Amino acid sequence: MPHRLPPLLERVGRAAVGGVAELGFAASLLGQSLYWLALGRARGQPVRLAPIFAQGMDIGIAALPIITVLAATIGLMLAIQGIYTLKTFGAESRVTLGVALSTVREFSPLITGILVAGRSGSALAARLGTMRINQEIDALTVMGIAPVRFLVVPPLVAMAVLMPLLTLWADLVSLAAAGLYIAAELQTGFAAYADEVLSLLKLNDLMHGLAKSAIFAVLVTIVGVVNGASVSGGAEGVGRMTTRSVVQAISAIVVTDMIFVFMVTR
Amino acid sequence: MNQPPIVVENLNTHYGDRHILKNVSLAVEPGEIFIIMGGSGSGKTTLLNHLLGLLVPTSGTIRILGQDIHAIPALERRKLRTRMGVAFQSGALFSSMSVGDNIALPLREHSNLDETTIGIVTRLKLEVVSLAGFESLMPSELSGGMIKRAALARAIVMDPRLLFCDEPSAGLDPVVASSIDDLILRLRDAMGMSIVVVTHDLESAFKIADRICVLDRGEVLALDTVDAIRRSDNERIQNLLNRRTEEAEIDPDAYLRRLMGEKERSSRFGPDARKGL
Ligand SMILES: Nc1ncnc2c1ncn2[C@@H]1O[C@H](COP(=O)(O)OP(=O)(O)OP(=O)(O)O)[C@@H](O)[C@H]1O
Ligand SMILES: [Mg+2]
Repeated sequence: MPHRLPPLLERVGRAAVGGVAELGFAASLLGQSLYWLALGRARGQPVRLAPIFAQGMDIGIAALPIITVLAATIGLMLAIQGIYTLKTFGAESRVTLGVALSTVREFSPLITGILVAGRSGSALAARLGTMRINQEIDALTVMGIAPVRFLVVPPLVAMAVLMPLLTLWADLVSLAAAGLYIAAELQTGFAAYADEVLSLLKLNDLMHGLAKSAIFAVLVTIVGVVNGASVSGGAEGVGRMTTRSVVQAISAIVVTDMIFVFMVTR
Repeated sequence: MNQPPIVVENLNTHYGDRHILKNVSLAVEPGEIFIIMGGSGSGKTTLLNHLLGLLVPTSGTIRILGQDIHAIPALERRKLRTRMGVAFQSGALFSSMSVGDNIALPLREHSNLDETTIGIVTRLKLEVVSLAGFESLMPSELSGGMIKRAALARAIVMDPRLLFCDEPSAGLDPVVASSIDDLILRLRDAMGMSIVVVTHDLESAFKIADRICVLDRGEVLALDTVDAIRRSDNERIQNLLNRRTEEAEIDPDAYLRRLMGEKERSSRFGPDARKGL
């Protein structure tokens, strides 16, 4: 006899419990990572630099070309849209303000975060998921090596350092690309544009974007790890959790961005 | 020193609602080769995972080298684990590292040896499992039997007091399988470690075992020396020894119900549904 589907209420309840459990897992992962960073050496299990650098190369250096292309495209897009919109008021000379602020405060951290979530967050989930179904995580555990210290802390640190750096790079590229277009379109010259950007942008704006990107880094890593560590059911499970990790990471980034902006600008 | 390195008392475990291990009690003596036998699905791997502290039991205690593996703090547990070596059924080599790095990992993480010494120890252990010269290969480039042997080399690299092997010779050709048996005997003789081996292979079990524990559907059916197990008049044990299949299902109703996909009340398998070890 086929089983009855659980009533809607029960399913909602289960989903809620599952979600809360996952949040708890994420929080505990973050706590453990900080524990190992702070006390690893004293506990005889230092967090090593070599894997952090290896991860850093993968997360940061390998992502540079695509970040450069996307940041330049976004800069151009903002400049084009800005001039087009402001023309209706005859205020196209004010375009630099809008472009500079929206790039540094929003677009660079956002596009970098989304890109890293797609490139590295998913790779992390897939790697951990595969390790889990191959019992490699059990093997680490029975060797007396704490899996969080060995597998989670290196990408977390690498991500937290490199995401702001990538964002900074995206800021530069994006502003430069926008500048080229604006200078050509309004016939003002690039130097004048650069001066204007420097006088308009405050350190506060820059830090706003970089702080967000550091938060995104933690989100992407933890979401990737939670999904990777929850893999069950073979290769298909790895694929499912990898996809889930990208969707969740990008959603988390967008929502956190909104909350952060709301809190900081009030 | 003479207290048993592994003591299990009244272990009960569940996966979800299914009662897997039922009141399992056993003790492994120092320097003993202890074999866990039983049919597929009888709970051997589950028991092993509990001995390793990877799963938390519903009830019962597990003492490893005198310490209750679930009661001690995490730091102590990690220390304890550096004194045990494990070769998993699937090998569980780290697929992102070469064979040599796999074997060297415990040394790199837990000792202050320099790279030269680590390299020597690694090659020594590879030599022991007849894999000399393969240290730069990746696990994906090894055959099934080579993976098992590499896993064994990794398990013994720290010279543990306790060694656990899950199906060390399953799927290997007879020559290599018997060389693994010899290896296990040599390890015990040379280093005096206690070794717990899970196996299906009767011949190998009789060759290396000091004592055999026969698991049947999660219960300890027998726990005795090789000779006593051989002489046992328990029907199920004899069936296992003589590779006889047990007689067919006698309850046609239960059979029909199962075919119809109906769940039985207490467990997924009815009381008589799982004939044969
Ligand atoms: N992760 C799991 N989740 C749910 N049930 C499981 C899980 N692992 C094992 N089981 C169940 O526990 C029982 C014992 O499984 P176990 O893997 O311990 O058997 P085994 O004796 O090692 O068999 P084999 O000789 O085939 O390796 C089986 O009925 C199996 O279905
Ligand atoms: Mg098994």
